[in-house]
Amino acid sequence: MKPPPFTYEAPSTLDEALGLLTEHGDEAKVLAGGQSLVPVLAMRLARPDVIVDVNRVPGLADIRHEGDTLTLGPMVRHATLEHDPVVGAALPLLSRVAPHIGHFPIRNRGTLGGSLAHADSAAEWPAVAIALDAEIDVANSAGSRTVPALEFFVSTFTTTLQAEEMLVGVRFPTWGTGSGYAIEELARRSGDFALAGVVCAVHVEAGKVAKAGVALLGMGSVPVRLAALEAELIGGVPADLDLEELCLAAVADVDAPSDIHASGGYRRRIAAALTARALARALEEAANA
Amino acid sequence: MPDDYDDLPPSVPVRLSINGEQHKVRVEPRKTLADALREDLRLTGTHLGCEQGVCGACTVLMDGKAVRACLLLAVQCEGSEITTIEGLNNADGSLNTVQLAFQENHGLQCGFCTAGLVVSVTAFLDDNPNPSDQEIREALGANLCRCTGYQGIVRAVKQAAGQSPPGGVYGHGASTSEVSA
Repeated sequence: MKPPPFTYEAPSTLDEALGLLTEHGDEAKVLAGGQSLVPVLAMRLARPDVIVDVNRVPGLADIRHEGDTLTLGPMVRHATLEHDPVVGAALPLLSRVAPHIGHFPIRNRGTLGGSLAHADSAAEWPAVAIALDAEIDVANSAGSRTVPALEFFVSTFTTTLQAEEMLVGVRFPTWGTGSGYAIEELARRSGDFALAGVVCAVHVEAGKVAKAGVALLGMGSVPVRLAALEAELIGGVPADLDLEELCLAAVADVDAPSDIHASGGYRRRIAAALTARALARALEEAANA
Repeated sequence: MPDDYDDLPPSVPVRLSINGEQHKVRVEPRKTLADALREDLRLTGTHLGCEQGVCGACTVLMDGKAVRACLLLAVQCEGSEITTIEGLNNADGSLNTVQLAFQENHGLQCGFCTAGLVVSVTAFLDDNPNPSDQEIREALGANLCRCTGYQGIVRAVKQAAGQSPPGGVYGHGASTSEVSA
């Protein structure tokens, strides 16, 4: 299983990288962590003429927490999100999600930007971006634009990124004290892609749920934001919420895929149970935070 | 895509630093680090199990961090320090702590996964010098072993972490060369 022939470019500036994407368009692919792209090349599922390796472009892995915003560069590795103290303090959900991605050698190379741009339907970061209303910065040679996470993901492996564009940053609102976060996934082996999973964040003020962000992964071609469930939670007193019933109702309408790993119905059952479990944990953390 | 092989993008020179030694190879850009190590540098300790990053047999260290050599292009590795299984022995050629622990605890049978495991465990223990049983088992998920059932490997990792005395299943610090048939 060897990659097909390609021309390799290793630009040393972002402008150079974007120039190459403009020049080659559809025939170029950006190489970030390589943990998804190189297997795709090895299995010859894609045959780009040009590989644009952005690992040598400086400044793409910055982490900044300013006010209520955590800004992350596209080349921030999963391992960094797992261990970096600034990330852990600003948005604990990120440090808790990261260990679920593959295994540690994969996390040493794989990147946040790569995961978002690749848009695997069972990936974690797209679900986190959607649950937390992240904003995704995209650039081409002519300029840049910002895409809300909910609009960025179109379908499996498909985002609104155009051929000459590159993801250049992600901004997450931070939730502050009184918040709780959880991820729950079911995979047959640790590190496998999840059959179904959920990521959530809740914020409790004066004993009531003030804000909630809940998104499912592996339950459709793109992450599923459970907006109706969030509306049910808001204003509620955590101890009075019947999470099991609310979550069963929330997933009932989700058209989850059926494949060799699980049926849609089974995925819905898992999603309901995991969401209730995740919310219970997050709400307890929020109450004690 | 090129229509015939005369149109192939040319091979390029790549400087690689492997186990502290400098090498220069000439490879197609599409050649993975794993293949360059094995074919161009004859360092065949790094094995190919799946060539898609799931099995861990190709694990090497890149600047001290465990990575899949089958998911790195050789051309990407200029400027990085690569450590392979061949670079882990002690300076006098004897087995290091991790390698000895594998040997003494039946941490291998056919040996195909072993190089990747030893490298992976070396990196894991560098970052987690005193891991819990659960942490060890989760970390070992990074490498597939078809033969052993992992129990000997778990014992090896615990011994390498200093959680059990040297000597492994042979007990009382005996070197395996002293064990009678």
